[in-house]
Amino acid sequence: MNSLWSSLQLWWAGFQDKFYVCFIEDDRFVRYMLSGLGVTFQVTFFALILGLALGVVVAMIRVTHDTASANMRPGPGRFLLALLNTICKIFVTVIRGIPVVVQLMIWYFVILISIRNGIVVGIIGFGINSAAYVAEIVRAGIMSVDHGQMEAGRSLGLNYIQTMRYIILPQAFKNILPTICNEFIALLKETAVIGYIASTDLTKGAYIIVGRVYEAFLPLIAAALIYLLIVMLLSWLFGKLERRLRASDQR
Amino acid sequence: MINVKELHKYFGKLEVLKGISEHIHPGEQVVIIGASGSGKSTFLRCLNLLEMPTSGQIIIDGEEITNGRHDVNQLRQKMGMVFQQFNLFPHYDTLGNITLAPIKLLHMSRAEADELGMHLLEKVGLTDKAHVYPAQLSGGQKQRVAIARALAMNPKIMLFDEPTSALDPEMVGEVLKVMADLAAEGMTMVIVSHEMGFAREVASRVFFMDGGIILEQGTPDAVFNHPQELRTQEFLARVRESK
Ligand SMILES: Nc1ncnc2c1ncn2[C@@H]1O[C@H](COP(=O)(O)OP(=O)(O)OP(=O)(O)O)[C@@H](O)[C@H]1O
Ligand SMILES: [Mg+2]
Repeated sequence: MNSLWSSLQLWWAGFQDKFYVCFIEDDRFVRYMLSGLGVTFQVTFFALILGLALGVVVAMIRVTHDTASANMRPGPGRFLLALLNTICKIFVTVIRGIPVVVQLMIWYFVILISIRNGIVVGIIGFGINSAAYVAEIVRAGIMSVDHGQMEAGRSLGLNYIQTMRYIILPQAFKNILPTICNEFIALLKETAVIGYIASTDLTKGAYIIVGRVYEAFLPLIAAALIYLLIVMLLSWLFGKLERRLRASDQR
Repeated sequence: MINVKELHKYFGKLEVLKGISEHIHPGEQVVIIGASGSGKSTFLRCLNLLEMPTSGQIIIDGEEITNGRHDVNQLRQKMGMVFQQFNLFPHYDTLGNITLAPIKLLHMSRAEADELGMHLLEKVGLTDKAHVYPAQLSGGQKQRVAIARALAMNPKIMLFDEPTSALDPEMVGEVLKVMADLAAEGMTMVIVSHEMGFAREVASRVFFMDGGIILEQGTPDAVFNHPQELRTQEFLARVRESK
């Protein structure tokens, strides 16, 4: 009994030592992990905005081509739309077919060779990657809105863009909000590979500490817990938002 | 007001409208009847270019709309349309449904548009529902809001595609009443409907469509009581039986 107690004490003392070395000494937690977390948030947030904006544009082109082009008069407008649609299709296929780490490295080491800021390149890389997924989500969302809505809008004299903006997209976004939230959470976790292009996010921060103090367990578990907590918090928030929106449906 | 010449419409290889020529005068109320698939909806939807005619001419209010140079959105502001499935905007309340187009297209202020909206709601007897969302309205109320919405752009012509077909029988009357009021004010109306009683009372003319043409047309009395064509007689017999 006594020996169990003393070995527990010994373990606790050792744990405190390791904790001190990993996180407190040299301000390691703040310098690597906390600032890394800031990078994770920054990249996720701006990549999400870029992904949404670009994704909506791609989705609009695809939907417009698939639904409206049959009613367009032949001419340069219709040709341009067909061309844009093909580009968008290729874009979605290519982006979704390549691992995001590989895309990221191609952006950083090949295409955007002049930008030596990993965060900026990360935002671009993750944003464009996300756009391909968002585009498909938004497209499905627009298709899920009853066709009669477009006709009702057009019959009042609203043009195609106005009808999209005031009538179709608000309904589509309500339908796809849960999926967009999932995309956001997935994106947050995916940014963990940004260390490949010389940026210190949460994961890379933990990894740096591992290298400094030759102790893998605590930094990695800490990083894992932080991700888990954030994801749980976001899921909870999104769930609440969704419930509120659904409640307002039964007005 | 509406002048149609040799209108043809194909869906792919399927010829749905096989040459329609008609003249509908200002202040006329035309009711179109005919079997399912005879092309009634397609004809109506060609009039505001929701469907593009394959060939032929349509002249609305003196302007040819089929020459490809006409501003479609401008045209549609002159023509309200009411759908079988109502197609109200679920994310706007009743007043919002009515005021959307005047605010965005006529650049009315919110206050002006609300005033107009309330006036139209009064007309369809729904002032108490101004701030209710479509999900909370009955079918008859939805259709009356849809009529008010179509009227908000102050159209010269109103198109109705089976406005009462999706309604429970007890709600048909309230919608037909609103339409009869509109007719009494002299609105030019083209109505696809199988409500014979309504057609008899309100229509200036009845078109019987069959196989993509207007096979027979005339006053309600002529078409309903003295149909000349065998197909018309058969159709009317069938409709009366099912009643
Ligand atoms: N968008 C479309 N694409 C292909 N075929 C169509 C389309 N719309 C209608 N049709 C076809 O055209 C024909 C006429 O349809 P339409 O809807 O005009 O008939 P209707 O007289 O209104 O019938 P109902 O009483 O059932 O509404 C039908 O055979 C229909 O299947
Ligand atoms: Mg029809």
